[in-house]
Amino acid sequence: MAQMQDTVDPGAIPVRPVTPWWQRASKRRILNMAIIYLLVLPGAVMFLIPLLWMLSTSLKESRQIFVNPPVWIPNPVVWQNFTDGWSAYLPFNTLFVNSTLITLNNIVGNLFSCCLAAFGFARLRARGRNVLFGLVLATMLLPNEVLIIPQYVLFTKITQFLKPWWDYYTPGGILWMRYLSWLPLMVPPWFGFPFFIFLLRQFFLTIPLDLDEAARLDGASSWRILMQILVPLTKPALATVVIFAFIGNWNNFLMPLIYIRAQKEQVLAVGLNQFRGQFGHVDFHYMMAVSLIVLLPVLLIFFFGQRIFVQGIALTGIKG
Amino acid sequence: MTASVPARPAKRLRTLQQREERDFWIAILPWFLGLFLFTGGPVIASLVFSFTDWTGLNLSGFIGFKNYRDLLVEDLVFWETVYNTFYYTFGSVLLGTLGALFVALLLNQNLPGTYFLRLIYYLPSIASGVAISILWIWLFNPNVGLVNYLLVKLLPIDAGPAWLSSQTWSKPALILKSTWGIGANMIIILAGLQGVPQSLYEAARIDGANAFDEFRNVTLPMLSPVLFFVIVISTINAFQILTDILVMTQGGPGTSTYMLVYYIYQNAFQYLKMGYASALAWILFTIILALTLLQLWGSRRWVYYEGET
Repeated sequence: MAQMQDTVDPGAIPVRPVTPWWQRASKRRILNMAIIYLLVLPGAVMFLIPLLWMLSTSLKESRQIFVNPPVWIPNPVVWQNFTDGWSAYLPFNTLFVNSTLITLNNIVGNLFSCCLAAFGFARLRARGRNVLFGLVLATMLLPNEVLIIPQYVLFTKITQFLKPWWDYYTPGGILWMRYLSWLPLMVPPWFGFPFFIFLLRQFFLTIPLDLDEAARLDGASSWRILMQILVPLTKPALATVVIFAFIGNWNNFLMPLIYIRAQKEQVLAVGLNQFRGQFGHVDFHYMMAVSLIVLLPVLLIFFFGQRIFVQGIALTGIKG
Repeated sequence: MTASVPARPAKRLRTLQQREERDFWIAILPWFLGLFLFTGGPVIASLVFSFTDWTGLNLSGFIGFKNYRDLLVEDLVFWETVYNTFYYTFGSVLLGTLGALFVALLLNQNLPGTYFLRLIYYLPSIASGVAISILWIWLFNPNVGLVNYLLVKLLPIDAGPAWLSSQTWSKPALILKSTWGIGANMIIILAGLQGVPQSLYEAARIDGANAFDEFRNVTLPMLSPVLFFVIVISTINAFQILTDILVMTQGGPGTSTYMLVYYIYQNAFQYLKMGYASALAWILFTIILALTLLQLWGSRRWVYYEGET
């Protein structure tokens, strides 16, 4: 029986045993556990150390930074590093707003375009559908570098062409697109992203087609089927897209680097690198403090969306 | 009258089908437009650029295969970048896959706290970008960096390597940093492990297999498609390393961390050699494609698909 206890199907929902595990477990199992913990715990500590060190450095006085052996617990704890680093060097508040606007726009754009396309590929029968979906897969494999240069040329031409018109009619920007230089970053997400289309299509395929058929017989339009049947049933998939889109856009470095010139139009990722370039060799406490603030939204998203990642919900669509 | 009765539902069905087809085209329209504007068009343009000496400002015209010839024959930096990129890719894929497999096997047991441990191992792979690259500059500091402090503590050496300031150690440093992000691979492998039918292990145990036999003859073959997927994706990703280079090393010291994509970036946006950079991008694409096909070919020897006999 003890042998059987070893082979609980890890995929199944664990049933809470009546007797606690340390009474049920055989000696062999306890030894097994000890070995596993012995291997896995030091690794976990190693994986956590960089982030803890980041936090520790960000709270130190400057004289406690360049010391050997390193000081783990800052004394005194200088919370002021966060406010000083944030406000003294670059207009990080502005950059934060810029990053937020661009990221939110791109999440909504991706959701809109990818949901629609995935819905088409998963649920609507049409001639040529499979060939077109093959194109989605093919573009997924195409490396970005091949596209960046011509896209850069295209967008520089477009923005040059629009510039006089933009300055004359909309100096304050259009809606949340405050600057013309944001156009190359904010427009493409509204035209789909192959990986998300693929992911959502796989999820839509797992919902029984009978639901669509029934709704259609009751006179529902395709759009109602999408919004009232598929979207509510695939919330984990949509959450996955939101989280991936958030992290990808928040961390995006290359696009703003090549398209945005003016400081007040720049985003956090590039601002952070400018900060490093100017003060990176001395003010590590400020660097770590500002980096931590930039990282914070990603960490928050991680903790709120942890189940989606760690339980592999993000993968359930791909596996099918 | 009688003829129109069966005709009506048939006609209605036809319009339903037509409506569905129309809706399909509306639904995929944004993606379809984007395919032409941001993918198809650029792919063709990029191919055309690669045969010109265009600098973004002036263009003297088509120069045939000169860009490709220059790159492959005369450009010594290019071969340096190829070497560096292969070095980095090999190291990070090898360590990344083996490390992820190791951790996934350990965390696949249903022990108390595994969920929390998975969380810890996964976290770094989400925390990427400039902030993390900066953190690693600090960790790799030769004198007061934490990496060297721990090395001196744990190993019998007097001083650690100079990492990012050393031509020898800059690439291993980048590989080490990439190993911190094995969490994503770990989750994929964990999902694969949970798909291995429990009955196979029971059968192996009845046949008297020990833990190693089980791993060798059950886990590994059943997991091989997932491992193959992980290796292919990691290779493609490692080949495209850029942010770390831009933030941490700028190709240096010397040319020790000049990587292919960084060289493309430099040619295109710093030297404005758009034609040359496009040719580079196509060479990169060819290498990635060749590597993927090579892995696909090699996979026949070791990847086991259940559908096959």
